[in-house]
Amino acid sequence: MDTTLITGARPLGGEAADLLLRDGAIAEVGPAGSLSAPEGARVVRASGLIALPGLVDLHTHLREPGREDAETVETGTRAAALGGFTAVHAMANTAPVADTAGVVEQVWRLGQQAGWCDVRPVGAVTIGLAGERLAELGAMADSAAGVRVFSDDGKCVFDAVLLRRALEYVKAFDGVVAQHAQEPRLTEGAQMNESALSGVLGLRGWPAVAEEAIIARDVLLAGHVGSRLHVCHVSTAGSVEIVRWAKARGVDVTAEVTPHHLLLTDELVRGYDPVYKVNPPLRSNDDVRALREGVADGTIDIVATDHAPHPVEDKDCEWSAAAMGMTGLETALSVVLAALVEPGHLDWAGVARVMSQTPARIGRVTGQGGALAVGEAAHVVLIDPAARWTVDPAAMATKGRNSPFAGRELPGRVVATFYGGHPTVLDGALATPRALPASDREGASWSK
Amino acid sequence: MKHLLSAADLTREQAVRLLDVAEQMAATQQREIKKLPALRGRTVVNLFFEDSTRTRLSFETAAKRLSADVITFSAKGSSVSKGESLKDTALTLQAMGADAVVIRHASSGAPHRLAEKGWTSGAVLNAGDGTHEHPTQALLDTFTLRKHLVGGGQLGAAAGADLAGRRVVVVGDVLHSRVARSNVHLLHTLGARVTLVAPPTLLPLGVETWPCEVSYDLDAALGEAPDALMALRVQLERMNAAYFPSAREYSRRYGVTAERMAALTALTPHAQLLHPGPMNRGLEITAEAADGPRSRVVEQVTNGVAVRMAALYLLLAGEEE
Repeated sequence: MDTTLITGARPLGGEAADLLLRDGAIAEVGPAGSLSAPEGARVVRASGLIALPGLVDLHTHLREPGREDAETVETGTRAAALGGFTAVHAMANTAPVADTAGVVEQVWRLGQQAGWCDVRPVGAVTIGLAGERLAELGAMADSAAGVRVFSDDGKCVFDAVLLRRALEYVKAFDGVVAQHAQEPRLTEGAQMNESALSGVLGLRGWPAVAEEAIIARDVLLAGHVGSRLHVCHVSTAGSVEIVRWAKARGVDVTAEVTPHHLLLTDELVRGYDPVYKVNPPLRSNDDVRALREGVADGTIDIVATDHAPHPVEDKDCEWSAAAMGMTGLETALSVVLAALVEPGHLDWAGVARVMSQTPARIGRVTGQGGALAVGEAAHVVLIDPAARWTVDPAAMATKGRNSPFAGRELPGRVVATFYGGHPTVLDGALATPRALPASDREGASWSK
Repeated sequence: MKHLLSAADLTREQAVRLLDVAEQMAATQQREIKKLPALRGRTVVNLFFEDSTRTRLSFETAAKRLSADVITFSAKGSSVSKGESLKDTALTLQAMGADAVVIRHASSGAPHRLAEKGWTSGAVLNAGDGTHEHPTQALLDTFTLRKHLVGGGQLGAAAGADLAGRRVVVVGDVLHSRVARSNVHLLHTLGARVTLVAPPTLLPLGVETWPCEVSYDLDAALGEAPDALMALRVQLERMNAAYFPSAREYSRRYGVTAERMAALTALTPHAQLLHPGPMNRGLEITAEAADGPRSRVVEQVTNGVAVRMAALYLLLAGEEE
């Protein structure tokens, strides 16, 4: 097994320390300069770098199976590693939909074989995301993929009875429903945030109330049946208020925000460039402010990327014909630094909380999102906080070129990512994937 | 001016210049030989992704009267696959050497994409994009108003003038109307005061931030003695989407009727009645009103050719003056 000595890194931004990674775990931690490298160990000099537990994304579109032209598990997890992630949750809106044990196991195995990070498939709540009948949630939970997060993301589970049943049913295996909150009738044909600007641009509006009304209903339902609820990509000030209110009432609700909703506003739509077309849409400055404050005070629990790669032809067209979505894995950490750390909303421990520890806890991802302490799995990311870089979508590992941050200078760079002690990223570049654990090799070849 | 994408982009000077040149063009159209050599050897492409016979014919006529070669490409949005088709069609036409592209598209902002993405090097003229803008319609409406309200109906008499102090009521489906958006911008730029009248369901969110007044009451707006009334087309399918309960109720509250025209002309005998067409007679306008003495609906079509001649001329040959 790999052995790596990281010297002089600052865990969670604290005092500089040495960390010895051995046999996939953190074997020793000591003050900077206190540990010596065992024979044959790799030494990574990390003076000035921040060490965080490997990042965990609760909301990633890997597109496989079905849209391998947009992304594959291989390319998406390479992007994840470069972004500092050691686990991603692959959303269910693939073709076929991840609504059976067979599909989630396939995605899980593709992740194992790729070896860049853990791939945790999300199971669909309803068959085919059609919002009519429950998918076999228990079978997906019991499968090798061990699904714990269920979502029809891209579509809202609109039927209140169906949602109630799903919320109740997943309690049996400690699952959680992650709701894409979008009232479908209020958002038919919607193209951008409904605002004075949508009226001027002549683009059909996606009103904030369409998100807030669903979240309000859902937190009441979750409270009523005593279930966990997770709200995907909260995008409005009103949604933050409702979640804050629900938490104060004791509802077991968690909420996520995307990096792009923390930094960008609907003003960008003015030029009709579809790279800014996303669902939920970019909102106003007031919304951005409320989202940042929501993360700062803990109302919003996590940042999740909603990484949504699209082929060039789906964005290189007129606005209404373009696909919705933005890539995010390789920019998420830097955007969080720009939107939350630099303005003083979060410190490094806070970044670890919202991008690693809490998403791992919500997704019940064992071995991820731990402390940087002896005995924990060696999922570690090293970040150069002083670096600044200019985003170039063409240089990314994701197949998607649809980054809304193209050309922007962002702070902070992922220098190294250790996935189970194995460096997937070194010196800011992809290294090698982790070899499949021996116990899984037979199963993997069988799946081919 | 490289492109004509939006009435909001026009300065007062540019707008007045366009109207002045259009009046010169209109004067030539009263001659026996209507054709001018101004754009000989230039190619104008009409790219119509949405059906619009009258706008297409108007642009075609305008380009031909200026001696340009005209290529018309009609493709309904549904039959050509979206997205790629705009880019590929534009690249194809670029390869054929288009000097100007007149584009009509159901997607708001499509002309902006065409102009900014480098898919064509020619001038781009927006002939109506989604529910965004229709700048040449606003130009022909202001042309018509200026000619009658300022120039006493005489071509050339209003040269150099704007519409300062004139008051225009625009009634109808503002929410879905590119004509309304372009007119609000252009009339405001030219100094006119605009009042939009519609049921609240057919007004966009944030309309209070537009440079105009807003009313839900047509009779009250007409009681303020405006100089002109512009009726917008109301599509019947809006009724099914619950924007208003019935065609009859819409007509009663917001229809331009002979009675309302009589009330208006009692206050302002010179009042002008405009409609961009095609009209839904009996819904937003009655036949008596549309065919009545204050109606400029047919003349608007004539003026449309002159305005489009001016736009093509200024974009393609203006810099050579």
